[in-house]
Amino acid sequence: MQRAIALVDCNNFYVSCERLFQPGLEGRPVVVLSNNDGCVVSRSQEVKDLGVKMAVPWFRMRDLARQHNIVALSSNYSLYADISNRVMSLLSRFSPGQEVYSIDESFLELTGIAVDHTGYARQMRLTVMQHVGIPVCVGIASSKTLSKLANHVAKKNPRYAGVCDFNGMTEAELNGLLARIDVGEVWGVGRRSADRLRDRDIRSALDLKRAAAKHIRSGFSVVFERIVAELNGVSCLELDQVAPAKQQIICSRSFGTPTSRLADLEQAVIAYTTRAAEKLRQQRSLCGGIQAYIRTNPHREQDAQHQSSMLMPLPEPSDDTRLLCRAALHGLRSIYRTGHAYQKAGIMLTGIIPAAARPQTLFDDVPSREKSEALMRTLDRINRSMGSGTIRLLGEGTGKPWAMRRQNVSNRYTTEWDELAVCKAHP
Amino acid sequence: MTGINLNLPLARRRAVPPSVLSMTHPNIELLERQRALLRKAVPAGFPSPADDYVERRLSLDEHLIRNKESTFFMRVSGHSMRGLGIFDGDLLIVDRSLPAAHGCVVVAVIDGEFTVKQLLHTSRGKVLRAAHPDYPEIVIKPEQDFTIWGVVQWNVHKV
Repeated sequence: MQRAIALVDCNNFYVSCERLFQPGLEGRPVVVLSNNDGCVVSRSQEVKDLGVKMAVPWFRMRDLARQHNIVALSSNYSLYADISNRVMSLLSRFSPGQEVYSIDESFLELTGIAVDHTGYARQMRLTVMQHVGIPVCVGIASSKTLSKLANHVAKKNPRYAGVCDFNGMTEAELNGLLARIDVGEVWGVGRRSADRLRDRDIRSALDLKRAAAKHIRSGFSVVFERIVAELNGVSCLELDQVAPAKQQIICSRSFGTPTSRLADLEQAVIAYTTRAAEKLRQQRSLCGGIQAYIRTNPHREQDAQHQSSMLMPLPEPSDDTRLLCRAALHGLRSIYRTGHAYQKAGIMLTGIIPAAARPQTLFDDVPSREKSEALMRTLDRINRSMGSGTIRLLGEGTGKPWAMRRQNVSNRYTTEWDELAVCKAHP
Repeated sequence: MTGINLNLPLARRRAVPPSVLSMTHPNIELLERQRALLRKAVPAGFPSPADDYVERRLSLDEHLIRNKESTFFMRVSGHSMRGLGIFDGDLLIVDRSLPAAHGCVVVAVIDGEFTVKQLLHTSRGKVLRAAHPDYPEIVIKPEQDFTIWGVVQWNVHKV
């Protein structure tokens, strides 16, 4: 039986989430900006048609935006995460084999499921559209790399109406399509490798498919042999059905306005550590150390520069917010220098192990550990049910002068009671 | 196992160098764990006669939400649905997955705005009806920008 793997990808996902709750944005050019309203991270079709590329800094397209009335929104990750979970959960109904690849993409194993894969994929699109209101495209092929390209074709070419099945094509048809796809679009080919491939006259996905393994092996990593095999329909990459627990948890942000005060940095570090510790407990892990780092703005060469980080190992693996904060603050205070305008601070949890694999030591203080676990469980439960940050360390402060700049952020329509969409009951 | 004094104060136990401890009392940690377990498991008094009847507590989520992926909450603003018991400030539970049948209360989008109305399929086409004498019916014109966003399943009203 031929292998069939589908890649379902949401169309301009962040913009689609915003439109779901602001239907007035339908048909208008919309972009979503990255944290601190820096660059474009999601573009509606209308904006793509204006030639705006991904990751363009917002300040560089202000004129264009004025000219075409482009709506720019700050990113609202609380909303996107919730909508993403809904989409992924709906898609899981279509196959027992699912790999959630990113916030807006999922692989589904279709081998042996349904006879008419195209019809089945159309049903997926309709279901996701009706139930969650998010438009998706589906690519189907015999390997993950090919299904990514099939999705690319489904998206770019209206003729396919959102579904493209490479398996249902003749070799000649398929090659015709691959010949028109730039080699840089192939999954796993980075910008620099694409340039090197072009130097060897490998310009399209078809060229790469036809590249002899030998040719590719010299000067390219073994990964490329696998890409070539996948392009030839030999599946080498299996679906990762269980997201592996993260080995590092990083939480860092740029500040809305730079700060030179230690107190501001302390608040930020406590807030990030709190968030990271929550994630750590969510995946039932412990960490062995925490690294704090700060840096000034490297793009402001006229300012005095300072950047530094320090790793604090913990006496024993832990997930206790209080202990992690103490360690992070200790690290921060020892790298802090006065007289610099800091633009970014962050923390990283390292040495992550499953909580079940806690090394047992002779001096385990069981009672106080049980107390800590109970306290953290209660904290998480309250923050889950009453809104994140309901209970937090006082050190996190209340003002957050360092907080992100998010000038045009939409409501958290699905995760906060005070921010629900309003439905008019008058003319 | 004999000879280990479990009631040794914590500070004194800690003071013993680990190498010494592990050689002479290899199982002290295990014992400590067992002791912790025992402290918890000691039964006090007669078991509850209701133990066999313990069931899950009722959950409103389970009762009100049939499809968790497609169910959203919305807030009502205005009085035009009073006649159907939907008041200003009420909380609507809206399911997008359900078909919008004749007579359903729906959340519709007209000219880019959410509105809550009763949907009627008539010979004149789709009609949105308010539940208040002061508000006229809206007959959907074919060229009008109109979609049904979801079907209202429940209304939560604070008494």
